[in-house]
Amino acid sequence: MDNNINDFSGDFPVLDQQVNDERLVYLDNAATAQRPRQVIKALTDFYEQDNANVHRGVHTLAERATKDYEDARQKVQVFINAPAAHDVIFTKGCTDSLNLIAATYGEQNIKPGDEIVISIMEHHSNLIPWQQLAKKKQAVLKYIELTADGELDLADAKHKITDKTKIVAVTHASNVMGTVTPLKELVAIAHQHGAVIVGDGAQAVPHMPVNVQDLDVDFYAFSGHKMMSPMGIGVLYGKADLLRAMPPYQYGGEMINDVHRDQSTWADIPFKFEAGTQNIAGAVGLGAAVDYLSHVGMKNIQRKEQSLVNYVLPQLIAIPDVQVYGPQLPQKHTGVISFNIKGLHPHDVATALDMDGVAVRAGHHCAQPLMEELGVTATARASFYFYNTKEDADQLIKAINETKEFFNIGTI
Amino acid sequence: MGLSKLNGLYREVILDYANHPHNKGALSTTTNTMTLHNPTCGDTINLQVEVKDNKINNIAYTGDGCTISQASASMMTDVVKGKTVDEALAMAKTFSDLAIGKKHSDADLKQLGDAQILTSIMEFPARIKCATLSWWALQRALLKDSEEEEKNE
Repeated sequence: MDNNINDFSGDFPVLDQQVNDERLVYLDNAATAQRPRQVIKALTDFYEQDNANVHRGVHTLAERATKDYEDARQKVQVFINAPAAHDVIFTKGCTDSLNLIAATYGEQNIKPGDEIVISIMEHHSNLIPWQQLAKKKQAVLKYIELTADGELDLADAKHKITDKTKIVAVTHASNVMGTVTPLKELVAIAHQHGAVIVGDGAQAVPHMPVNVQDLDVDFYAFSGHKMMSPMGIGVLYGKADLLRAMPPYQYGGEMINDVHRDQSTWADIPFKFEAGTQNIAGAVGLGAAVDYLSHVGMKNIQRKEQSLVNYVLPQLIAIPDVQVYGPQLPQKHTGVISFNIKGLHPHDVATALDMDGVAVRAGHHCAQPLMEELGVTATARASFYFYNTKEDADQLIKAINETKEFFNIGTI
Repeated sequence: MGLSKLNGLYREVILDYANHPHNKGALSTTTNTMTLHNPTCGDTINLQVEVKDNKINNIAYTGDGCTISQASASMMTDVVKGKTVDEALAMAKTFSDLAIGKKHSDADLKQLGDAQILTSIMEFPARIKCATLSWWALQRALLKDSEEEEKNE
């Protein structure tokens, strides 16, 4: 791998620092990515030049802010190849997007005895909304299980999704197992049975080309901050006919057509789902992040991350007493790598790695049912992004070996 | 710096307590119990206390967690055994206070015995919860009247 061609470090000020007197290696990208100067500048420019509320002013700044906001929506539309900009709803984040679907489409369409099918590897944000909806509506919540390799079991999906299934909600890429799910195949199965399907793209959109029309997914949710936008902005894509038939999520300003003492009518999409003043600067920042990612190219990003995984995963697996969860073959693994060191709690591992400048996450990664399935209470997780380097991978491996040595286990 | 700073956190005595936990297991007679979770990492402690004549006659815990949480539970159960409920609560308060940077008298510190070593956790803010979990469990187990489980922690 040639690091010089892929050197993005100059664009990310936060990466250029030492922590605990060591070079910072940021490997917690699955939790949140870092922001390039271009995104930070877009925010500064917006606040210094265009800041105003949108869609409700006739003055020049209001017009500029409205244009900035709607331009960002169009950038997202093109980025995920949505048919129209009005299919892109801005939300607080992926969690908000998923809750929106459960609280509107779910509330309207789920009846007692209906089935909702999710997978055992869902993040809590794509699990609890459906679990609680099923409880409230006396519907049945079913889980698609994993293969021995830690991938989504498509054969089991065919078995679990039936004519009683009304909603299928699955992740597009796991935040723990480092796998990409066969979303397109799942869409076909769900549609054969007349169910709608929700894709959780939080760990997919930042890392690979995503085309919602090609996937034919009915709803697709993702966060901005994992793809370098400010926090507090996310996206819900939905097919226009579905979105139009759904009741509003929240009531208030911006989302109405006409309000009287005793009744109101709603604005068309996307505004029906954007009550109150939105995170306008966040959307502008997301637009800038989309520009940055498009400039690098999602295929290039995918390729770069794959080469990092090809480099680091075999080394990690080769360390005695290190267990990597999910597929062991690099070509089947994304840049999300969950692991444990035998005899050590991941919390202790993460503290030790931090002393060597390496930032990883330790815990259940908001996927407790999956942890139960794996038979662990927690794991450590190193997650790479395209700006990480071979040097970062080397520092991780070195730090893991030192951690083992410190706690005096293994053969070193 | 590398891992040398870790020596401040993982002193030998702490590693020893974690690797050879004291009072780990279930009690046959309990008067007060409390289960607490650390939702950020999945650590769990199930504390069982037998209070007799206003004294902690016996105490034990089960659960799963990191070195710090296991060592802390070991040390805590050791030092409060035989203490009155009020003494144990005062110790829990001292430990919680130290963990958030409040000062206490030398006499208070001495009462904590080995457990005062863990107050070095202050240098590692992300790990304070690991050390305090068992002390919070003790506090809540002793303060509540019934045996209801705390679900929302």
